[in-house]
Parts: sequence; structure tokens; C-alpha cells
Amino acid sequence: MKLSTTTRAAALSTGLAATLALAACGAANETSGGSGAAGSAGAGAEQLSGDLVGAGASSQQAAMQAWQAGFNSQQPGVSFSYDPVGSGGGREQFIAGGTDFAGSDAALDDEELAAAQERCGGGEVFELANYVSGIAVVYNLEGVDELNLAPATVAGIFAGQITTWNDPAIAADNPGVTLPDLAVTPVHRADDSGTTTNFTDYLSQAAPEVWTSEPDGEWPLPGGEAANGTSGVISAVQAGNGAIGYADESQAGALGVAKIGVGSEFVAPSPEAAAAVVANSERVAGRGEYDFAVEVNRTTTSADEYPIVLVSYHIGCVEYDDQAKADAVKAFMGYVVSEEGQTAAADAAGSSPITADAREQAQTAIDAITVAS
Amino acid sequence: MSTQTSPAPAPVTERPGPVQSHRRLPRFAATGLYLAGLVLGALLSALTGFNLALTVVYGAVLGTLAVWLTSRAVEGRRKGTDRLVTCIVTTAFVIAMVPLASLVYTVLDNGLRRFDAAFFNSSMLGVVGEGGGAYHAIFGTLIITLLTTVISVPIGLLAAIYLVEYGTGRLKRAITFLVDVMTGIPSIVAGLFAFALFALFFGPGVRLGVMGAIALSVLMIPVIVRSSEEVLKLVPNELREASYALGVPKWRTIVKVVIPTAIAGLGTGVTLAVARVIGETAPLLVTVGIINGTNLNPFEGRMATLPVFAFYQLTQPGYPPELAIERAWTAALVLIMLVMALNVVARLISRFFAPKTGR
Amino acid sequence: MTLTSAPPTPPRPKRRVGDRIFAGSASGSGILILLVLAGVAIFLIGEAWPAITAAAADLPGGQTLTAYIGPLVFGTLIAAVIALLVATPLAVAIALYITYYAPRRLATAMGYVIDLLAAIPSVVYGFWGIAALAPALVPLYGWLAENLGFIPLFAGPASATGRTMLTIGLVLAVMILPIISAISREVFSQAPALHREAALALGATRWEMIRMAVLPYGKSGVIGGAMLGLGRALGETMAVAIVLSGSGGITFNLISSSNPSTIAANIALQFPESTGLAVNTLIASGLALFAITMAVNMLARWIVNRRADFSGAN
Repeated sequence: MKLSTTTRAAALSTGLAATLALAACGAANETSGGSGAAGSAGAGAEQLSGDLVGAGASSQQAAMQAWQAGFNSQQPGVSFSYDPVGSGGGREQFIAGGTDFAGSDAALDDEELAAAQERCGGGEVFELANYVSGIAVVYNLEGVDELNLAPATVAGIFAGQITTWNDPAIAADNPGVTLPDLAVTPVHRADDSGTTTNFTDYLSQAAPEVWTSEPDGEWPLPGGEAANGTSGVISAVQAGNGAIGYADESQAGALGVAKIGVGSEFVAPSPEAAAAVVANSERVAGRGEYDFAVEVNRTTTSADEYPIVLVSYHIGCVEYDDQAKADAVKAFMGYVVSEEGQTAAADAAGSSPITADAREQAQTAIDAITVAS
Repeated sequence: MSTQTSPAPAPVTERPGPVQSHRRLPRFAATGLYLAGLVLGALLSALTGFNLALTVVYGAVLGTLAVWLTSRAVEGRRKGTDRLVTCIVTTAFVIAMVPLASLVYTVLDNGLRRFDAAFFNSSMLGVVGEGGGAYHAIFGTLIITLLTTVISVPIGLLAAIYLVEYGTGRLKRAITFLVDVMTGIPSIVAGLFAFALFALFFGPGVRLGVMGAIALSVLMIPVIVRSSEEVLKLVPNELREASYALGVPKWRTIVKVVIPTAIAGLGTGVTLAVARVIGETAPLLVTVGIINGTNLNPFEGRMATLPVFAFYQLTQPGYPPELAIERAWTAALVLIMLVMALNVVARLISRFFAPKTGR
Repeated sequence: MTLTSAPPTPPRPKRRVGDRIFAGSASGSGILILLVLAGVAIFLIGEAWPAITAAAADLPGGQTLTAYIGPLVFGTLIAAVIALLVATPLAVAIALYITYYAPRRLATAMGYVIDLLAAIPSVVYGFWGIAALAPALVPLYGWLAENLGFIPLFAGPASATGRTMLTIGLVLAVMILPIISAISREVFSQAPALHREAALALGATRWEMIRMAVLPYGKSGVIGGAMLGLGRALGETMAVAIVLSGSGGITFNLISSSNPSTIAANIALQFPESTGLAVNTLIASGLALFAITMAVNMLARWIVNRRADFSGAN
């Protein structure tokens, strides 16, 4: 050990640098450079290039990951990115012109719509409800495998008015079921989320006399158990006997899923029923031809529909300044609404594939996407 | 645990005095009594329905009582109190070790499941369900940490040199005090600061790797100043005086004499500071965000980092969730291993680079 | 700190260019640190200003800024205080055990292990809290609510998941334990050997020696360490965000599932989906946190430095 300090320091840093260099050989699942691997793409489709930037709702992230994978295999020349900045941030950035499209758990409001039209050079804006996911009311109650809940009962539980499982209101919904004398622990999201917005929107519309708060992404009431993210809600419900929460239907796993009162019947969440309620809901009136923002029919009475759904939109311009941009948006949206795209999202995120009618409707908007003349 | 029986260096010779009794408990009696108390506690809790937490509480209380009362009866009040405190201190120490051991065990148990090659050589780009890894996050963490070090070390070191070699009067006192205070800045506040700084120029949607590096620098600079200051102070003044006597200018004395003498301590301090910031999550959450693919350019767009990756994999898993949660635990394990490795490096630096002088 | 005298002044006559540059950049760096600290305050105030001046109706939840931040400040303080109450005695015990009870070799190893634990990332503590600690505490909370329910702190109903204020207090206690014990260990081991030996020579038992010679000497060091731990606990983000069921409201009930959240955790949870004024509001709450931790840290440093001055006089 007669080396000088400097020599030893030099040797150490060389060693470190070498380790870094060795490790930096690229991720195995990523190709280096988008256009390099164009060979395998479908021969029929026209090969596009350029980049396509989206930002918005993090609820779409898992689906977006699948869409990105599928779209990249079709159009390897397009460098695609989606920034999960949150719905509000997505709309803001789209309006500011920073991104090519937005993902959002809520449609544009009137003010935003005007601003978005301006951003699109005075042209129209499209809003497509491309991501639909049922929100299940999940519960953990030993010995109770099936549970029916009327809208007012759900609202009463989450508003903290119904505090035990053998409450008359719950018993009235479940004749013949022995309900334990156990405290109800309602679990809600601790973070700001589109799931909460849609769930509180449902409560305020379906049970306005019980649920008096406005729909909000942040849980409006104090009290109850709060958990971080869908997975947090699921694990909190799993952990506590007597717990009940709301989460994406696909994440329910082994937990009990309540049937929700729709009209005179009780309906369990299913992809079909969730897609159906969106397809049969009214479009928001007074908007552009390609603006398919819907007012989800939370008070539906059809037993084929499940009213607690999360609807997430893709928002973009009908006319883009740039041919490449218009083509890229068109190709991407085309892939997303296609059967293949919707199945990919269902597999990855557990979303509900949109109905054939909805697809046809969306396709009219996608066909209209063009370059500004 | 057997140490509690080793007698304190007490007077050996017989002499009259306030110590009433010279009787002593046999060497292993205290340990034995304590264990007996533990067993009794376990039996007691077994009677009332077994519960691990209660068993430990009963056992510890009974064991301590047994030792205290016996010692008090045999050896007198003062000795009894001494034994009591020994029991309490040892028990507290063991109790404190329990959660720490549990922590390491839980992370190892959950983290080893996905500790495979794929975790290290693939990112999350296009990964749906199974597979996927933290390649992008590991490199994001390394790059941002490197950038943080590049920003922090010169500033921190120069500031320490100022405090030790140049600083006088009020400014020195103010800097010393505020550096101390700065070590306590909550990490999320540092993140918000970097966010506010960049949001002012680039708008509120901005997320860059370099923002994270600046946030972490706010946390790292004071740590480096503190440790470097301590080390530079240890350099004997004789060395400086000898250098000045040879007509060497002050700055060359610092560069050629003071810093080389202190290099081991400086290296250790920097490495420990790196270990301190490499696991920071909150500031990166608000400044760097997360991305699925590999982005090695800290000046453009979001980057993935290991702690944020772990957080999001745990809280926003895809479908099915188990796979993402396993990735989260493995990321936590890798993070701990990085921190441990840095600590070991720090030890090695201080051992191998230490000047072979003095004792 | 004051043990070394000021470095000797270098030869005066000519000030070389190299010297000037070097001295300039060194003092520049020192001043830069002051600027950074000022910058943190200024930028936070700048970004928080829109929320401070905004009308209550525009803020998230439609309530005033104080009504929004108030429960968060309360949650932050109560979690940190629990952590401090639990961690300080344990940390002192650890420090005493390592310095005066454990065999020498074991003590060195233990000191090293504890230092390592101080470096474990907080997100990992969060993982551990949610996976291991919270479920393990559920039976205890049930028992507390049943048997000690008359104390308002344990009024219940007990949380079914264990993600309560008491749990997060314990997680934070485990996190700050290494910090407090490291500082306590240092001051205990510096207790003057003469005093200790004198105590033993007079026939004191080990505990009497510690009580008479070590604790008085180390007291302010322990207090300073505890304040530093408090500062850390106040600002802890990820562990709280992951573990705590923060559903708002002010309550002293530590074992139910309704707890106030903490400032830092609330920022981490709401920030990613926030835009516009909501971001400004979060930054305003961050500013409040900054002010609280600055106050705590200044107090801690003042106490520690006072001890340093005192011992320097020896």
C-alpha cells in the first residue's frame, strides 16, 4: 500500500466510471432510436414520422402504456409520449399549446372550450370518451357474499350517516341476509383523483337528499378512512373487516363487490354495463359536431347499465397546423378506438371496451382530423 | 445481555461507609432472574390468550421487577436501583432494535422476489403486467445524484473553506448558524422551492431532471459544509504555518496542503451526503415526476428515479396489481443496497485514504 | 467547535491574484448559501401569494386558507410530538447502552448499525409501516379502545386497518431514533472522564455515576438532538403519505381511522393532480411547514450552541 493518495483516488474514480459505462448498455426492452426498427410494421398502413405529445389524467396511465406499446408497433416512426400530469394540468397544457392532445377525467368547461378553440386556430375541438372504467363499491364483510345497496344507502354509508352494518337501510336492501352488528369503515381516496370526482358526482346526482356536497376530486367530507391510490383503497378494505370503499372494478380482486340499485333492480358492475351507460348518455348540448362530451346518466333506470363509471376523455384539435401532426393524432386515435386498442387497454388496465356505436361515432371525429387549410 | 452481570468498578476493599451491605448476587443471578421473569410473562399471556406484543410487555416488566426486587433485598437500595436502570436501558435498547430488524426483514422478504436480471436491464416502456424493471429509474437516480454532487460539492467545499480559512466575524457566524438551520429544511420544501423557481420561467407544467438535482442540492450542500468544516478544522495549524513559512501563498497552501491532508474525511463526508440524498422521494415527486421509458437527459422532460418509481409502483399498480407491488419492493431493496454500499465506500475511503500520521 | 484557534494569518505584504480569486470564490460560496436560503423563502412566498390573496371560494374545498392549512398543521404537530415522546427516551437508552453498558466491540458495531439506519430512505419506512407495522398494531388498538376508551386519546372506534395517527407517530419515532441517539451518544461519550472516575471512586454505582456526571453534562445535547429529530419528523413526507389515513378534521383521537393529514403528506398526495390555484395553495402550506421547521431548528441550534459555548469555557 505505498500508492500515493492521488493515484488511489484516480484508480477509484476510473473504477467507478468503468462500472457506469458497463451498465449503460441500454434497456433490453427499448430499441435505440424510434425509426431504426421500422421493418416489422404492417405493410398496409402508411408509415408516419414525427412526434406526438400528450399529457393529462394519470387514471389513463396503465391504458396509455398499452396503447403506446400497440401504437408503436404499428407506427414505429412516431415518437410518442404521454405525461401523466393530472387532468387539470393536461387540459391546461393542451390549451397553452404545449401538447398535441390531452387526457382528462372531465370534459372541458365552457371557458376552457373557448380557449381550446382558440388554440386550435379557431377550429373545432374533439372530445372522445375513449377510456371508460366501472367503479366498483368493494366491501369486506365476513359471511356476507352478496350485498345490494340502493343509491341512498351508498351515500349514507360514505357520508357517515350509516355507521353499522345492521342498519335498517342496509337491511331493507338485503332482505334475508344476516348482517353483523359491526362498525362500517368507509374508505375513500386520500389523493386528488378522477375516480373520486366521478364517484361523488354519482352520489350527488343519484342521492341528492343524502349527499349534499359538490362533486370534487378531493374527498369533500372529513372523517372516514383515507387511503392513497386505488391500491391503497383496496388494501385498506382488505385489511379491515367491515370496510367498504370504491375502486376501479378490475382491481377488486377477491373482495366482495356490491350490486348497486338501478331503477328497481340491483346491478353488479361489468365492462358491458359500464360501456352501455356511457353510450346511452346524452351528449353535452351546444358543442361542436365532433365534441362527444357526455353527461353520464347517473340516474339511469335500465338494468343493463351501471351508473358509477369513470369516463376519461381524449381532447384534441380537429385541425392541426402541420400535416405530420394531424396524421399522427389521427392514427393514434384510430388505434385507440379500434377493437384492438380497446382490448389492449382492457387487458392492461381493466377498462371497459367502448361499444360499437360509440366507436362509430368516434370514428367520424377521427376521420375529420385534418391539416388546417 | 450477559453484560449486565459484570460488576461495576466498585470499591473492592472492605471499609465502613454508607454502603450497608456487601452481599452480592452471584454472577449470573440477575440474567437468570430476568429470564425467569420473561418466561413467567409468556406463561401469563398464554393464559389470557397469546399475543406477541403483550408477551413481550409482560415478560419485560416481570423480568425487570424480579431483578430489581431481589437485588434490592439482597444488595441494598442503591445497588437495586442500579440493576433496575441496567434492566431498563437494556430492555429499551432491545425494544428499539425490534422495529429496525423487522424493517430489514420485511424489505428482504418482499424485495427478493423480483430481484432478477430483468429488473436491472429493462425499463417499463410498453410493459404490461409481468416483467419490466427499473433500468430507467436506476439510471435516472444515478444521473440526478451525480448532477447533484457536481453542483453541491464545489459550493459546499468552498463554503467550508471560507468558514475555516477565511471567515471572520458576523458573516461567518451567520453562515454557520444558517447552514445548521438549513440541514433541517424538510425535503418537500426543497422540492417546492425548485418547482417554484422553474415554474416562474417555464410555466407550471415543467418537470426536468435538473430541477430534481437543484432540489437535492439544497438538501446536500449544508450536509457537505458541515462535514467538510469539521474535517478541515482537524488539519493541524503547524502544517499551514510551515507552508506559509516557505513563502507559499495561502490559496496554494489550502489546495496543496490542507485539502490533501483532509482528503479522506472530505471523501467520507461527500459519500455520506450522497447516501443521504439518493433516497429522497418527495422533492423528486414534485420536480422530476415519473416516466416509463429511459430518459438520460436531465435537461429535457421527466425522468424516472428509483424512489419515485417505487412509490408509484406501490400506489398506482396496473392490472393485476401484485406484479407492480413486487417491483416496488425490489426497488426499495435496491435503494437500501445503494445506500448501504455508499456507507461502506465511505468507511473504505476513510480507512485507505487517511494520512498515516500520529497515533 | 471552538476548540481550534483561528488559523494563523499568512504573510501580509502582497496579495496575489490567485489568492484573491480563491478567497473570493470561497466567500462567494458562503454567501451563495445565504442567498439560497433566502431564495427558498422568497420563491415560496412568491408562488404562495396568489393563494394567500385569493378569495376563499376559489380555493380547494371552498374554504379559507387558514381553514385548509389549520388541520394540516395540527396533524403535522401531533404526529411529530408522538414521535418525539416515543423516540427520545428510547434514543437516550440506546445511547447510554452503547456508551456505558455494552461491551466495547459490540458498541462500535451497534453505533455503525444505528448510523446506517439513519440513512434508510423514508419511502422504505413507509413500505414497512403499511406492510408490517400497521397490521401488527390492529389488535393493540382494539384492546386500547376497549379498556382505555375513557381516555380521549383512545376513544376509538379503533381503526380496522391500523393506519392511524399513533401508527404514524411510531413510524416517525423509528425514523428519528437513529438521529437522536447518534447525537446523544456523542455528548454522553464526551462527558469528562475526570468527573466519571471521581464519581466511581467515591463509591457510586454505575447508574449514580451516569446520573451525576453524564446526564447533567449531556442534557442540552439530548434536547438539541431531540429538536433536530422533531424537525425531521415535522417534514417527513413519504412515510406519512403511504401509511396515514388522513381524512381531515381535527381530533385528539389517536387510534381511529379519521385523522388530520400532515402538511408534507398532503402536498405529496395532492400535488401530482393539482393545477392553478390548488398548486399555490399547496405551496402556501409548504411555506407554513418551512416556517415551523425553521423555528424548531433555530431553537435546537441555539440550545446546542449554548452548550458548546459553555463547554468551550472548560
